[in-house]
Amino acid sequence: QVQLVVPMAVVFSPGSVPGDLPRPLPFRDVQEMEISVNLRTSVTSRYEMRYRSTTGQEEAALAAATAQEADAALHPLQDTTLGSLTMYVVPETSSLLPQGINVYVGKYRSALVRAVGSLAALQARLREVTQVMSFTASSIAAALSDRVPDGQLSPDARRYLKSSLGYEITFSLLNPDPKSHTVDWDIEGAVNSYVKPVLDKLSMVANFSVDSQILYYAVLGVTPRYDKESSSFLLSAHSLPHVINPVEARLGSSAASLYPVLNFLLYVPERSHSPLYIQDKDGAPVSTNAFHSPRWGGIMVYNVEAPASPQASLPLHVDVDMARVMEVFLAQLRLLFGLSREEVPPEFLLESPGNEGLADWELDHLLWAHTVENIATVSTTLTSLAQLLDKIGNIVIKDDVASEVYRAVASVQSAVTKLSLGHLHAAFQASKEAVTSSERAFFDPSLLHLLYFPDDQKFAIYIPLFLPMAVPILLSLVKIVRETRLHKKEPTKMD
Amino acid sequence: GGMAAALLLLLLLVAAGPGRGRAGAGRERRDTLREELLLSPLPTGDVAATFQFRTRWDADLQRGAVSHYRLFPKALGRLVAALGVRELHLALTQGFWRTRYWGQPPLQAPAGAELWVWFQPTVTDVDKAWKELSNILSGIFCASLNFIDSTNTVIPTASFKPLGLANGTDHHLLRYAVLPREVVCTENLTPWKKLLPCGSKAGLAVLLKAERLFHSSYHSQAVHIRPICRDASCLALSWELRQTLTVVFDFFSSGQGKKDWSLFKMFSRTLTDTCPLASQSKVYVDISPKNKEKELLEVSPPPTSVHEAVVQGDKKTYAVYDLLSPSLFNTSRSLNVQLKWKRPQDSSEMPIPTLHAQRYVGGYGLQTGEICTLIYNTHPYRAFPVILLETVPWYLRLYVHTLTIITKGKENKPSYIHYQPAQDRRRPHLLEMLIQLPANSVTKITIQFERALLKWTEYPPDPNHGFYVGSSVLSALVPSVTAMKDVDVEQSPLFTSLFPSSDGSSYFVRLYTEPLLVNLPTPDFSMPYNVICLTCTVVAVCYGSFYNLLTRTFHVEEPSRGGLAKRLANVIRKFRGVPPL
Repeated sequence: QVQLVVPMAVVFSPGSVPGDLPRPLPFRDVQEMEISVNLRTSVTSRYEMRYRSTTGQEEAALAAATAQEADAALHPLQDTTLGSLTMYVVPETSSLLPQGINVYVGKYRSALVRAVGSLAALQARLREVTQVMSFTASSIAAALSDRVPDGQLSPDARRYLKSSLGYEITFSLLNPDPKSHTVDWDIEGAVNSYVKPVLDKLSMVANFSVDSQILYYAVLGVTPRYDKESSSFLLSAHSLPHVINPVEARLGSSAASLYPVLNFLLYVPERSHSPLYIQDKDGAPVSTNAFHSPRWGGIMVYNVEAPASPQASLPLHVDVDMARVMEVFLAQLRLLFGLSREEVPPEFLLESPGNEGLADWELDHLLWAHTVENIATVSTTLTSLAQLLDKIGNIVIKDDVASEVYRAVASVQSAVTKLSLGHLHAAFQASKEAVTSSERAFFDPSLLHLLYFPDDQKFAIYIPLFLPMAVPILLSLVKIVRETRLHKKEPTKMD
Repeated sequence: GGMAAALLLLLLLVAAGPGRGRAGAGRERRDTLREELLLSPLPTGDVAATFQFRTRWDADLQRGAVSHYRLFPKALGRLVAALGVRELHLALTQGFWRTRYWGQPPLQAPAGAELWVWFQPTVTDVDKAWKELSNILSGIFCASLNFIDSTNTVIPTASFKPLGLANGTDHHLLRYAVLPREVVCTENLTPWKKLLPCGSKAGLAVLLKAERLFHSSYHSQAVHIRPICRDASCLALSWELRQTLTVVFDFFSSGQGKKDWSLFKMFSRTLTDTCPLASQSKVYVDISPKNKEKELLEVSPPPTSVHEAVVQGDKKTYAVYDLLSPSLFNTSRSLNVQLKWKRPQDSSEMPIPTLHAQRYVGGYGLQTGEICTLIYNTHPYRAFPVILLETVPWYLRLYVHTLTIITKGKENKPSYIHYQPAQDRRRPHLLEMLIQLPANSVTKITIQFERALLKWTEYPPDPNHGFYVGSSVLSALVPSVTAMKDVDVEQSPLFTSLFPSSDGSSYFVRLYTEPLLVNLPTPDFSMPYNVICLTCTVVAVCYGSFYNLLTRTFHVEEPSRGGLAKRLANVIRKFRGVPPL
């Protein structure tokens, strides 16, 4: 039974304390919530709340003019361990929060919450905030998607990448028409200034490697439709699934590593097919001219402006505007990691993560989900290993495989314990070790079940022995039956 | 010493450079592509076509975590960077290059798959890197290179020197393996073509149509990766990827009896446009006059220029078609190079190459045998040494004391011998020798072996087909008849510049002999089942009779009064009116 414990501090600034507090400040309280995934699996979440009033320093920080400044000033005063949250309750009339906004979530692990009249109403609001900042029932369900019954999973949940020890990110520039376009992109600079900060932040979650390539004569799998009105070419939403396959053959496999690959393709359409626009389901053009494919990556179409005169000499030189491209790709990257910011209630204001690309609490959000997913993966792996052993009785488990299994079990137990103590970082590390050990045990080459001779075939080999031996036994059985029948009949005859 | 200093300087430059280098990186092209097709009529009337695609990248692959690829294929670049590869040579070949009749090939490869790799000195566990590399390559090229293991890998000491820039040749960083059983087909060609920047969509690669390429008597495709000097001062490294493909079409024997050919006849395609990424794209046709008779051949359309060079000791003349020159496609939309012979050529005077070799298995029976190698030196007055590398699987147990080398009836003592005996199921025999070949001589090398008995699970499928022994490798500096000039690698045609030329008086040749097919004593694999069947039947019959004996109850029965004789007698008695018996 997995229990997720979120240590949380609720700090009341003067004038924001609700009237119906059960005890004088400071005091502790616990709230529990049950997230059930299927009949057998459920996860309990437990919020350990510490209610207290502000210190002098915090009061000074909260006196800042804007929420951003207050957030920055409060950051050094907080508990910075991963997974912990701090909520600052500000008076109902506070000018820190803009009009109509009740919750401000900062760049770090804290939020400013506007006070409401009663404690119950405040707790309801706090629950909403904590779910945004740590995990929701749906994010846990997505992490356990293998166990969720088929129909019940939201389409979003299928989009998220599976938890892995590492990811490879490949940016590919597709130039299907190098005769007409020479395309240059400063990918090196773009990766350094846009992608690297995000990945540095994510480096705690997994290893990332980034590379890029340019592919020539790589075409999409569908021919776009010509639209006379706009004199442009259109790709409709329903044809997008067919776009990727022929391109993927050219992308090249990640032969040198076992990590999943995230592909981001920038497609510069041929001269004869440009400009090219992507249409959504309703037929309206997509503003970013991009789409993403769940667990695979994203594609963006980059149109080249037609030259002023048709006689302009070919090839046309194109310099890609990397800021525009990277904005789309980074949004897709966040989407693939389940860090979309779209499902937030309107009264919430989320601070943009700025240069780092990722807020601290978003990292926590990812860690919660990945820890739960890792624990689930380990238990599935070990269960299937146990099933395999049950099936093949004479399988040999070598000592190193056995020790990996023991290590996996120990690590997963420690991960569960750490989770119930609220130590997110330690729990995540332990769950990662558990995944590594369990996978190593499961994929050990000595456990290939084809190496073992199936029992039913042994019987087939000895059929030449069993069959002739069975014949006299069966015959004598038949004879016994016949004789007992005769014996039964005979007495009646005698009478 | 000089090289080490240069490398140190390079390190310093790299450490100081990145800030400045990055600013201009987007603009300047740091990689170039050259492509080339060499068409050479062979003495027998066949035609050999050699494609070479050379991608040169002025960057150090093995530095920096993030890598950005343009023309250089990412799959191979990642491999070189991740596994610390210094030099990689992979060849997949179908058929055998008949040196005796076809002459010296520009690039030869043994039948099957050949892989040899030099690793960086920083690689600590070379065997592990080698295993990993062969597995990854097997995935990239869809070949069974994953069957390369310690039983077919050797570490040659003298035969394979690095072809690229190298400081130090510690042969423990080298691994060499040949899989002679490997069959090469379209599934290997497709990934090879995918590595080309223009794919098979434009440029010379348009001609690479699988159904024609494999309808030939020899097909060999290769990938060579090596570091080279960036410029003459050699202060910086560049990486070079050469993809080569050699194919021999047999027009003369397969039909019309004519030796005329054209691009369309060979590839069923013509050249229509160039690859826009290539900085050089040329077709060379070998029109060297033979036997002092000039103007025997006629090529059309007229070539853009004529190139003369000394290649492998012979003076050669090439007609050159530069696909990038605008005049070529002006007159017609496509280029179909045609060659006509003005007079029927008498094939009696075939030039014999200076060095060629032949190998076969001798002996009879299934217990012992003999490997014979004949090496010919046809040079009229010059002797030269040759390095012979022989790799024999462990299940042929070589007897080194039976090794004999005989030239002109006399024993020829090799000046260098390196022999590493096999270990059963662990490593093969390796025999390397430096042999002096006198002028105009045949050298016969024989060594006897005993065939081992394998365990029944060790036999491959279809064991009665026999077991292959990989080609032996001959490396030699062959003295040249004509003096050669030192040429600039960047300017000269690609087919002359893979092997480094040492000096003007000799040229490097690497030859491969025929692979051998040896029969091993093969058991009857159905025997265990037959034995089981037979014994089981016997046991079952015994069991049956015992069972019957033990379970039957025996009654003493009155002898029946029936019987045919008695019945007959009764019938007769009835007729006679006598009472029956």
